[in-house]
Order: sequence, then structure tokens, then C-alpha cells
Amino acid sequence: MIADLLRAAWRTPGGRAGLVFLVFLVLLALLGPLVLPDPFQQFDLVELQSAPPSGPHPFGTDQLSRDVLSRVVNGARVSLAVAGIAVALSVTLGAVVGLVAGYLGGGVDAVLMRLVDGAMAVPRLFLLLVVLAVASRVPLAVLIVLIGTTGWFATSRLIRAEALRLREETYVRAAEALGASRRRIIFRHLLVNTAGPLLVAATLGVGDVILLEAGLSFLGLGVQPPTPSWGGMILDARPVLESAPWVGIFPGVMITLTVLATNLVGDALRDALDPRGA
Amino acid sequence: MTRVLDVRDLRISFPAPGGGRFHPVDGVSFTLDRGETLALVGESGCGKSLTSLALLRLVPPPGRIDPASVIRLRDTDVLALEGEAPRQVRGRRIGMIFQDPMTSLNPVFTVGDQIAEGVRAHLRVTKAEARERARGLLQEVGIPDPAERLDAYPHQLSGGMRQRVMIAIALSAEPEILVADEPTTALDVTVQAQILEVLDQLRRTRGMAVLLITHDLGIVAGRADRVAVMYAGQIVEEATTADLFARPSHPYTQGLFASVPRISGPVQRLTPIRGTVPPPTAWPTGCRFRPRCPQAFEKSEQPPELLPVGPGHRIRCWLAERAAAPSGSATR
Repeated sequence: MIADLLRAAWRTPGGRAGLVFLVFLVLLALLGPLVLPDPFQQFDLVELQSAPPSGPHPFGTDQLSRDVLSRVVNGARVSLAVAGIAVALSVTLGAVVGLVAGYLGGGVDAVLMRLVDGAMAVPRLFLLLVVLAVASRVPLAVLIVLIGTTGWFATSRLIRAEALRLREETYVRAAEALGASRRRIIFRHLLVNTAGPLLVAATLGVGDVILLEAGLSFLGLGVQPPTPSWGGMILDARPVLESAPWVGIFPGVMITLTVLATNLVGDALRDALDPRGA
Repeated sequence: MTRVLDVRDLRISFPAPGGGRFHPVDGVSFTLDRGETLALVGESGCGKSLTSLALLRLVPPPGRIDPASVIRLRDTDVLALEGEAPRQVRGRRIGMIFQDPMTSLNPVFTVGDQIAEGVRAHLRVTKAEARERARGLLQEVGIPDPAERLDAYPHQLSGGMRQRVMIAIALSAEPEILVADEPTTALDVTVQAQILEVLDQLRRTRGMAVLLITHDLGIVAGRADRVAVMYAGQIVEEATTADLFARPSHPYTQGLFASVPRISGPVQRLTPIRGTVPPPTAWPTGCRFRPRCPQAFEKSEQPPELLPVGPGHRIRCWLAERAAAPSGSATR
């Protein structure tokens, strides 16, 4: 099912462009640091200054003489890891809550969905800002958990609607008539049949989380230096934006392209999932 | 004959929109013996499918089975099972197949996986044994190349093949009773006959009891031992199949036969039953067929019991009293 969806997304120009970029980015994040100069080994203590793009430094160097290209690639690693793990967490939570609420219905559904309604009324960004500002210098793992546990509410509603539809399917009733347990029906029969919507939610979620993490890091509340992140690099670039614009432009372009790519892929997947809604 | 199923006075209620409760199934009783096929015949909305779901304790909420009802599976009191216990009946004691084979199989799992799931849900066997059993079951329901079909996905099979797979799944835990809810309605006529033949063969070879639920009198003939005709939540006539076809005695059954076209004999206009089935929220008082019945008389205003009109042949109609009276003996 997932393979079919990806194939369908590949057939659209936007989906193909997005997939190509994302695959390239993931390979870059995985393999790039192995071939690129280590940004931490780049300190040129004699000439501690930002240099414009040149042969040895295609993206230039920042005010600490660190190679911007290496920092962008290492930042991709961090940003993608944060987004990937946080989205995996939120999609899992959203799927479990949505499937349980939708399949069991009744009181369980009412309680879970009212909780979700309440949680959705809290602005996520401000909640994160408050928590991060109070805690100050939060480890990366905690940041990921915070982002992941605040991002599943919309997914749970989407998956609940799917579960409401699927539980009326004859094959679900047939599984019940065969004596399957509720857990088995939820996590075998329903879960695999919601793989499509989950993939769409995850893809679009990655773009959201990259933006969110970049915003938080730009405010100095997200990924903490010296760990490179795109948002943090733009923060570092702010004082030298006029004299050395390349320090901020390249991470900014990466954020934009990455989010654009995830949105293109997400839209293509959604259209593939529901051709009528296109 | 061993009695495997005894349903007595089954009543199922749902909350009525204006308060109170209404009964889509209202006092249904029947029995099923080993190796026997009982057909439950009736129009949509007569309560036949709900009756079959009650056997598995799968009446959808907010529906409720009346506590005075009895469903006895050999020595198991099905309605007394609590918590997870009803699952021991589903699939293991009673297997069920549904109307539409196109939607009864999960599209994302292979046929073999889905049969093996039923096997492993109830029987303690290894994965390899479950797969081997699945292959055997596919063979038993007449699927060619069963070993290769195990790895097929549902969309690769025709409707008739899928219904055979459904039967194999229903058989996977070796139930004593097979409930077939409109098993052939969605299929071509030629495929219908094949599926019914498979069911009949399984009944003979496995000694299973079959509850065949249908609206089609045509598939009852020659397949069922006995027939129970349902109307408005009640059984209105029960008889052996031969008896029912020779002497349909309830006016509703007679109406059903009059609305079936005949292949032999002179071409006649079909006589439909006038009016429509009343909704379960508004069953008529007295005899429930009274507003549509061409033979209704004064006594029809009182609710009739099932009354005998011959050996093993009963109708829920006061006409039975007339027939039994000496003056009516000429009709015999």
C-alpha cells in the first residue's frame, strides 16, 4: 500500500521533485559529514573571520571561520533527526489514540476526543516557548520528546475518522466473527489500512517540525550550540547579516527547500490516496 | 440426531428515538441438528441477520439481547458468557460468512495469512502448521492450485474465489455450525450454485450444521432440510423444505411464492404482496402481517402463536385453527 502510494507520488512532477530532494538530503546528512571537513576542526585562529564563498569553502565561512557547508550538512543531520524522531513519536501517539477512540467508540472515544479538543486549544508554539524558556538549555532528547508529544492531536482526529469508517467494513466484522481480540483488530486490521493517511500526516508533519525546530533554535530555545542546526545558524548569522550574508542565506535556503519538498511529497501522497479530493 | 443449537424466544431490542425500546427481533425460536441445513428466509429488515449476529454475541450497541432469551450451543449458555468469553464461540463454535465477498477480506493481507489467522486464533499450532492447514482448507473449498493461492491478495481473486476463501476462513477453527448470511447474493448465478454446492459438501463431509440466511427462496430448494420464514421480527412459518414448497400455508409465504417467476407453465403476471414491510419501530398490533394480508379476518387483531398445520409444519396465523377444524379438513 505504501509502495503504491510512493509510486503514485513519483508520477507527479511535484512529488518527484520533492522525493528526489528529500532522498538527496537524507544521503547528504548520512554520508556528508564523512567526506566534508569537520567544522570543529576548521578554526583558523590566525584569521578568525568570515570569508565569502570560495574554492575550499563553497558556502563561505562564518565569523568563527567554520565552514558553512559543513555546518549546513551537520545541521541537516540534526534537523532531520529531530523532525524524524519527533514525527515518529507523534504519528504513533496519534495512530494509537485515534484507532482506539474510533474503534471502541462510546465513553472511551468521548473522553479521548475531549482531551484532544482541549489540547488543540493550547497554542503549541507558546506552550513550547514557555517550557523551554523556563527549563533553559534543554537536552536534544527532551526537545524531541516535547515536540513529538505536542504534535499528534490533529493526526489522532484524522485516524479516528478513518477508524470509524473502517470498523464498518465487512472484513472487520468478519474478523470479529472469527473471534479476533480487540487489540488484534485495532493493531492488525485497522492500523495497516490507515497506513496511507499516516504516511501523509507524517510527511507533512516533518515539514512542520523542521520549521518549528528552526524557529525555536533561532530564538535560542531549541537545539543548543555548539550542535549545529539551521535555525541556530541563522541566529548566529544575525549580527553579520550585512557583512557576511552567506552565513545566514544557505541555512535559510535549506529550510525553505526542505519544507517545500516535504509539502510537495505530502500533497502528492494525499492526492494519490484520494484522487477525488484532488 | 444431535442437537447443536437451541434458540428460544430470542428478543433483541434497541432504544426507540422517542424513548422506550423497540424489538427488531421479537421472540424467535429454532433448533439446529448436526449435519442439518436450516434456511432462515425473509425480506431485508425482518431481523434475520440480527438473529445470526446474536448467536455470536455481536449485536451492535446500543442493541441488547433480552435477558429472558436463550441461546444454547450444546452445553454452552451463550448469553451467560461474559467479558472475553464470547470470543471462544466466535469462529471456534460458530463460523460465519457474509454477503459480499468483495469486502469481507482485508485487502492488505494475503489469503493464506487471513486463513492462518483464524487457525491460530483458536488452535495451538505453529505458523508452518497453520499455513499447511490453510492450504488444506483452500483445497477443501475447491480452489485450484491452493499452494500458490495462499500468497495471493484478495484483489487477485474473483468474487466466487473470494467467497470460497471466506468459507475456508470460517472453517479455519473447525466450528460445529456455519452461519451463511446471504452467501451468494453478490455472486453470478452460476457461481451461486458452486458456492452452495461447496457448503452442502462441507455439511456432509464434516457433519456441520448450516444456518443459511437468505431472501431468495430459489436457493433454499434442494439445499435446506428445513425452512423458517421470518416476517417483522418473528418466525411466521416453519416446515421441511419439501412441505413448504408443496404447501406454503402462511399468507405471507404464499405471497412470496406468488411473487417468484416460474420458468415452466403459462406466463402469468407476478402478484406482488401489497404494501411494504413495516419498520421495526411500528410493528402492527395483532398479527403483524394483517395490514398487508388478503386473508385477514376478525381474529387477526389478536397476536397469533405458532400453530400446527401438519407434522413439523407450523404457521403463525389463526387460519391454522380453521384448517384444523373439521370443516376445513377438506383442504388437507
